[in-house]
Amino acid sequence: MEQNNWNGFVGGDWQNEINVRDFIQRNYREYTGDGAFLAGATPRTDALMKKVQSLFTLERQYGGVLDIDTATVSSLTSYSPGYIDKENEIIVGLQTNRPLKRGVNPFGGMRMVRQACEAYGYKLSAKVEEEFRFRTTHNDGVFRAYTDEMRQARKCHVITGLPDAYGRGRIIGDYRRVALYGVDRLIEEKKKDKARLADAAFDTEQIRQDEELYQQIAFLGYLKEMAAMYGYDISKPAANAREAVQWTYFAYLGAIKEQNGAAMSLGRVSTFFDIYIERDIQLGLLTEETAQELMDDFVIKLRMARHLRTPEYNELFGGDPMWITEAVGGMGEDGRSLVTKSSFRMLNTLYTLGSSPEPNLTVLWSGKLPEGFKKFCAKVSIDTDSIQYENDDLMRPIYGDDYAIACCVSAMKVGKQMQFFGARCNLAKLLLIAINGGFDTSSGMAIGPKMDVMQGDTLSFDEVMGRMETYMAWLSHLYVNTMNVIHYMHDKYAYEKTQMALHDTNVERFMAFGVAGLSVVADSLSAIKYAKVHPVRNSEGYIVDFTTEGDFPKFGNDDDRVDLMAKDLTHRMITELRKTPAYRNAIHTLSVLTITSNVMYGKNTGATPDGRGNGQPFAPGANPMHNREENGALASLNSVAKISYDDCRDGISNTFSITPEALGRTFEERQGNLVNILDGYFAQMAHHINVNVLNRETLMDAYENPEAYPNLTIRVSGYAVNFNKLSREQQREVISRTFHEAV
Amino acid sequence: MGQTITGRVHSFQSLGTLDGPGVRFVAFLQGCPLRCGCCHNPDTWDVSGGSEYTAQDVVNRALRCRSYFGSEGGLTLSGGEPLLQQDFAAEVFRLCHESGVNTCLDTSGCIAPELCGPVLQETDRVLLDIKYTSEEMYLQHVGCSLEKPLRFLEALQLKQIPVTLRQVIIPGLNDNEENTAALLAIAKAHPCVDKVELLPFRKICQTKYDMMKIPFPFGGIPEPEQQKMELLRKLLEGYGG
Repeated sequence: MEQNNWNGFVGGDWQNEINVRDFIQRNYREYTGDGAFLAGATPRTDALMKKVQSLFTLERQYGGVLDIDTATVSSLTSYSPGYIDKENEIIVGLQTNRPLKRGVNPFGGMRMVRQACEAYGYKLSAKVEEEFRFRTTHNDGVFRAYTDEMRQARKCHVITGLPDAYGRGRIIGDYRRVALYGVDRLIEEKKKDKARLADAAFDTEQIRQDEELYQQIAFLGYLKEMAAMYGYDISKPAANAREAVQWTYFAYLGAIKEQNGAAMSLGRVSTFFDIYIERDIQLGLLTEETAQELMDDFVIKLRMARHLRTPEYNELFGGDPMWITEAVGGMGEDGRSLVTKSSFRMLNTLYTLGSSPEPNLTVLWSGKLPEGFKKFCAKVSIDTDSIQYENDDLMRPIYGDDYAIACCVSAMKVGKQMQFFGARCNLAKLLLIAINGGFDTSSGMAIGPKMDVMQGDTLSFDEVMGRMETYMAWLSHLYVNTMNVIHYMHDKYAYEKTQMALHDTNVERFMAFGVAGLSVVADSLSAIKYAKVHPVRNSEGYIVDFTTEGDFPKFGNDDDRVDLMAKDLTHRMITELRKTPAYRNAIHTLSVLTITSNVMYGKNTGATPDGRGNGQPFAPGANPMHNREENGALASLNSVAKISYDDCRDGISNTFSITPEALGRTFEERQGNLVNILDGYFAQMAHHINVNVLNRETLMDAYENPEAYPNLTIRVSGYAVNFNKLSREQQREVISRTFHEAV
Repeated sequence: MGQTITGRVHSFQSLGTLDGPGVRFVAFLQGCPLRCGCCHNPDTWDVSGGSEYTAQDVVNRALRCRSYFGSEGGLTLSGGEPLLQQDFAAEVFRLCHESGVNTCLDTSGCIAPELCGPVLQETDRVLLDIKYTSEEMYLQHVGCSLEKPLRFLEALQLKQIPVTLRQVIIPGLNDNEENTAALLAIAKAHPCVDKVELLPFRKICQTKYDMMKIPFPFGGIPEPEQQKMELLRKLLEGYGG
């Protein structure tokens, strides 16, 4: 099929099948230079951004939520078009009819919507209550099927943060497809897939797929309607760069109108856009200034995206995040890097628009990336603390060269793989439950296999490990079954029609489990093995505290004695999880990631043998516990690098904070050293790192004087937040983390 | 024989970016003959302190950080005064070179260079601390003659080892233009010197003195102002780097 809108592009397989990767590979122009070509913000962008900033300020003043439409259920076409400043916007489209006004999305669950409205002084309208009176939500479905034990595990927080009351998220539609092919072609292909199904034996899976295809096709139709409301016809391919960005954004906008998943990630669009931008520059239709303006306007829209959440949700995932993760850079399978001028332009939005946590800019790092790009990334990190890095040399052999990151660290081939998000279990609590023979002292609940409380004056390492194995096996089985319930019901009652329409019909599925408290457990086991840990019992005979005699190796010092315990724990966990089959033949994966929930997890966990006090926060993600690193930053990185990505395919998050002074004397030295640190860390097949270059004093000052730091952005665990949007408790925890300082 | 040479180490810093070029693994060796008033590591003075390591242990630890070194980085021996344990230092450097790791020596230069042949033979760069530029100051605040580091510098010149001259700028003592000019003159007289670094006097070490229950001799002196540091650095011409 020939399309005029494709004039000037090199043809190939992508014309005959849905294959965005093939289009990119045949048409993109690698850029190996530095950032000198970049343009700043135009006066138009500045003026628009000023309006946006004042809306952000207003939103803060209103307690975090500017407005809620309590009478309209969010969907693709349920709101009239919204604008920030209609005359001056290049890319259009808002989630509701007004900027920063949040919609309600009860498909995941009514209770959460009601509570969220109430938390901000609103009441869900009778109209919506009535509409959903006879409708089953995802949340209803899950709680019909949950067993008593599943409820207990949830209640005592040994498994927390499960997506059983709102959208599951972590699914990335291939939003680029709408720009490259236009919606009509996508509908046509889906219809062909549906027709093909007719010949198969109609079992449960086939029937479900058939119905899902019906829904996908219907929602592609709504997507066209939504765009038409803004005056655009997206049935045909985008004809120029502005349309390519607009079409892609409409596809993303449709997804976030339909779904309120925790993480609504964007994918990998910069280099795709670059092909259109380069074509328009060649044709004299764009200049560097107007190209940057296009990117800026797109990013402004992404920064406006919001979902309505409850305060309890914010405790787990602080800072009102959307995880609009955009993967930038990486290498191609043919040895060319996928870095283009638009990779720079995307990162440059942190200068043209100022630093910001969203979109969650994620650099896919390879030792082979062009030096100019590496240095530019380091500069952006030092200046803005807004980007994260993930190891392309580790992921590319597994996912190819057109994968993206959902949420923080979850890799998937764009449009070909998806995941069932599963939050995380609390390993430190599990250790305490094991020691107490199936009793959780924090909640006062009996849970898991029943045994005696561990006897004796000193904990025996072999006995503790033996028990840990038993309880990990028990928890893993329960965890997989719980996830199976959740995702069965989500597919049934809150299926992602728009996003899945932008996937291949035969999609590969992951089921993503997680652990929290890894460094706490590793250090605890190390204490039990290398020092003497004496349990302290309460009046009922349960162990509620520990006294430790002697020193022991601690995770974060590049000491195999304890580091390999951490590695081994993740290996045992994924091995146990794999023993219980996952819904829809999903592949089990594991992450070591906490978001900001390390604070809440710690709060619900008693004192641990490593010396961490009752209720004290865990370290985030795979980080060593705060201030236990004795040999400096690289030793700490080396410890985390030992955790195997083969065991943790859903990602291993490490958050690294260093003072500018400790990174070098001059800006150029700091830039060069940061590049070397990233190269060195990733050469060891480590997976992820958040980089903050700042002083603790800055955060302490921002804690006391928030108004002086309206846009202070920091990386926390797989994402970035506006420091002011964290709770006081989360802020204190961030301040207490290790800052690698100059000695 | 390499396995058996041991030395006393105060601590390791796996990420050093201030003690030599690039990203460096820094081993702070234990023991120092000087008692400088500005010292920020009083806990490294006692020659019997620290922990014992073999040279191979130290190098193995450094090699764990090799992937971060890039083209410039490597291992730095600091202290304390690393030349107090020069056999150990020489062995650490020799083993580094065996593995292709760049070596850097952070020293006061107050040790007779004739004694340091083996270690200097394995040294890729010296960070030489010239604390003051007057004999009087040296005698008063360091406890030895300025002649010692200058003799050491002569030896480095003869051996053609690249040198970074370093000086901690202490308000009221050496934070003046004449002193910086004198330091620059020393650099110019020795072509092996390709860089001069002026470091601000810092007082975060006060807690160490408190813990050791000894007075911090310069505890009453303020840290230099950033502006003053910049003013003096401007005088360094091409040596400022």
